[in-house]
Amino acid sequence: MAFLVGADCLDEMIASLRSNGRTVIGPAVRDGVITHDQIESASELPLGWTEDQDGGRYRLVPTGTDERFAFSSPSTSWKRFLIPERTLLLRARRSNGTVAVVEPEPEAPSVAFFGIRSCDLVALGILDRVFLDSDATDPTYAARRPDVFIVAVGCNRPGNTCFCASMNTGPTPTSGYDLVVRELHSEEGTEYLVDVGSERGADLLAGLASRPAHEGDLQRADRAHETAVASMGRELRQDYVPLAALDPDHPRWDDVAERCLACGNCTMVCPTCFCSTTEESTDLSGTEAERWRVWDSCFSLDFTHLHGGSVRTSTKSRYRQWLLHKLVTWQDQFDTSGCVGCGRCITWCPVGIDLTAEIAALAVPAAATDLGGRDV
Amino acid sequence: MVPHMYRVLSRRQDLADTVTLALAPIDGQIATPSIGQFNMLWAFGIGEAPISLAGVDDDVVTHTIRGVGAVTNALCAASEGDQIGVRGPYGTGWDLDGAMGRDILVVAGGLGLAPVRPIVTRLFARRADYGRAALLMGARDPESLLYRDELEAWRSRLDIEVEVTVDSAQRSWRGDVGVVTRLIDRAPVEAANTRAFVCGPEVMMRFCAQALVDLGVPPAEVFVSLERNMHCAVGHCGHCQLGSSFVCKDGPVLSWAEAEPLLRIRER
Ligand SMILES: Cc1cc2nc3c(=O)[nH]c(=O)nc-3n(C[C@H](O)[C@H](O)[C@H](O)COP(=O)(O)OP(=O)(O)OC[C@H]3O[C@@H](n4cnc5c(N)ncnc54)[C@H](O)[C@@H]3O)c2cc1C
Ligand code: SF4
Ligand code: SF4
Ligand code: FES
Repeated sequence: MAFLVGADCLDEMIASLRSNGRTVIGPAVRDGVITHDQIESASELPLGWTEDQDGGRYRLVPTGTDERFAFSSPSTSWKRFLIPERTLLLRARRSNGTVAVVEPEPEAPSVAFFGIRSCDLVALGILDRVFLDSDATDPTYAARRPDVFIVAVGCNRPGNTCFCASMNTGPTPTSGYDLVVRELHSEEGTEYLVDVGSERGADLLAGLASRPAHEGDLQRADRAHETAVASMGRELRQDYVPLAALDPDHPRWDDVAERCLACGNCTMVCPTCFCSTTEESTDLSGTEAERWRVWDSCFSLDFTHLHGGSVRTSTKSRYRQWLLHKLVTWQDQFDTSGCVGCGRCITWCPVGIDLTAEIAALAVPAAATDLGGRDV
Repeated sequence: MVPHMYRVLSRRQDLADTVTLALAPIDGQIATPSIGQFNMLWAFGIGEAPISLAGVDDDVVTHTIRGVGAVTNALCAASEGDQIGVRGPYGTGWDLDGAMGRDILVVAGGLGLAPVRPIVTRLFARRADYGRAALLMGARDPESLLYRDELEAWRSRLDIEVEVTVDSAQRSWRGDVGVVTRLIDRAPVEAANTRAFVCGPEVMMRFCAQALVDLGVPPAEVFVSLERNMHCAVGHCGHCQLGSSFVCKDGPVLSWAEAEPLLRIRER
């Protein structure tokens, strides 16, 4: 059952979550971009802002309205709150030749994700399959994830780089939340349709001023959804060829490799990219050691380092690994795509490489292109 | 992800850059490994490296390590009594039990003899369970032959064929000279009824697997052990990916029927 609330209620939600001891993380304007950060009240939400996103381009643009959720994918994803850039794996001390190892208790701050988009919510479900796997559960992820209180938000204004509709991951959240909020904006003002997804969501809403939603409210929300679907900036066409049949020797891989800088930005901003490396260090006396897990990118040459040289030396092979992992091999590994269509990798690529365009080009059989012979 | 501490029971210098360590648990210990699996060995303050089991005897695990970088050099430098971290065992193993009654062919190149060593020792222990058996060993030169004493002892047994070849040698070497694939053609087994285990550098495994298939061993009966960069060994760090496989958990041991399509694409 859905409810209608006013803008004040968002503030009350945040206050209520905070009074329950949660750190609330939500979208906020910081350093000229909308990102996810700790927020203390609804006044920090990006009221009146949207963005102009395109390949290699990001600008904040005023909306001239009082909408708080008129933007699309914030610059960073939510993964860093569950798999931090750096995680301490172990601490050890050596004295008189005896080594004592301590596994640190995972830090598990109690948090709420306020205003998570449908694509990013689906991305969390994808990370769950990686880190909550019954054979190998990650302690940090497992300590944080189940407790996260999730207030999802429907997208009304997808960005120019968004393609969640074609990935079937948005723009309206369908599950995995405690509450979902949908912004209903009109000349008369802005209200919020709230739907409950869990018992604790219902408990939170029960304490706030709301009225049951009318049929008209639901219809407005449906229209907003339809408009959002229709205004999706990009599309990942899956009807050209089955993705699994993409040609690993297609000349387009050489073409994209000439543009790609192998900087790894795409992997850092992607809400599902999960790769990491380890770093170990000792103090100056050599008696204390620490081992850390640190985000890593498959675009680095070291990533496949073996004695005798790396496996993937060419940029071509590394871009191909990234794209085919996202869209093809991920499916085999985790029974889901590794891409949710958030568009971040397009926006934050310094040279504007667009995976939807690469897929479109790769889908044309090599023989039909004029890019030259096949590299076998 | 936290290692158990083991103590170096014994250390043997096999080659100039290669050492075999026998490790015994101090407090906790890893689960019993299967042959062909690997452990993550940890050198305090330096890091971890995936290292295959070269032997398992009750609680004691044996690893043969070649020093090629920071971690492996530190492991090689360990002395008797030193402590080394061990977590594992990880990955798929050599399925020898599933080949009872059949002919067994073990093909090793260089350091690749270490991971297949437990196959040979188990073959001897249960010799009656298998048909004909042969170990074909290739090395760069006689000086880089691993486990020389053991090879000689194995060779002196009459119930297993042991053939050794080197890429190049001085006059004093009386054995075979040439690549190990040449030994495959004259291996004393019935190809269609053979299970083969191959371990060595990737190019060597490619050529050997192909030679075995050409000989008539079914691709699903040829097993190889792949090496990839590994940091976690549990499918989380992403480094070991090869196509859809995480080599740390779907491998390292794969049948040639599985591995060949993965390795067909260059730089995958
Ligand atoms: C399944 C498996 C079994 C193996 N079995 C043996 C064995 O029995 N004996 C043996 O001597 N060697 C074995 N190796 C190879 C051994 O793991 C590498 O030589 C070792 O990791 C190199 O680390 P390093 O720090 O000494 O070398 P460096 O070359 O200095 O390493 C440099 C960097 O590359 C990384 N690196 C290099 N190779 C690897 C790797 N394979 N995995 C992760 N990181 C790597 C290191 O972490 C480091 O950051 C095996 C490898 C695998 C995957
Ligand atoms: S691959 Fe790109 S569009 Fe897809 S989820 Fe990752 S960042 Fe978003
Ligand atoms: S695709 Fe773009 S963002 Fe990704 S590594 Fe290449 S240049 Fe960097
Ligand atoms: S070694 Fe980390 S995923 Fe395989």
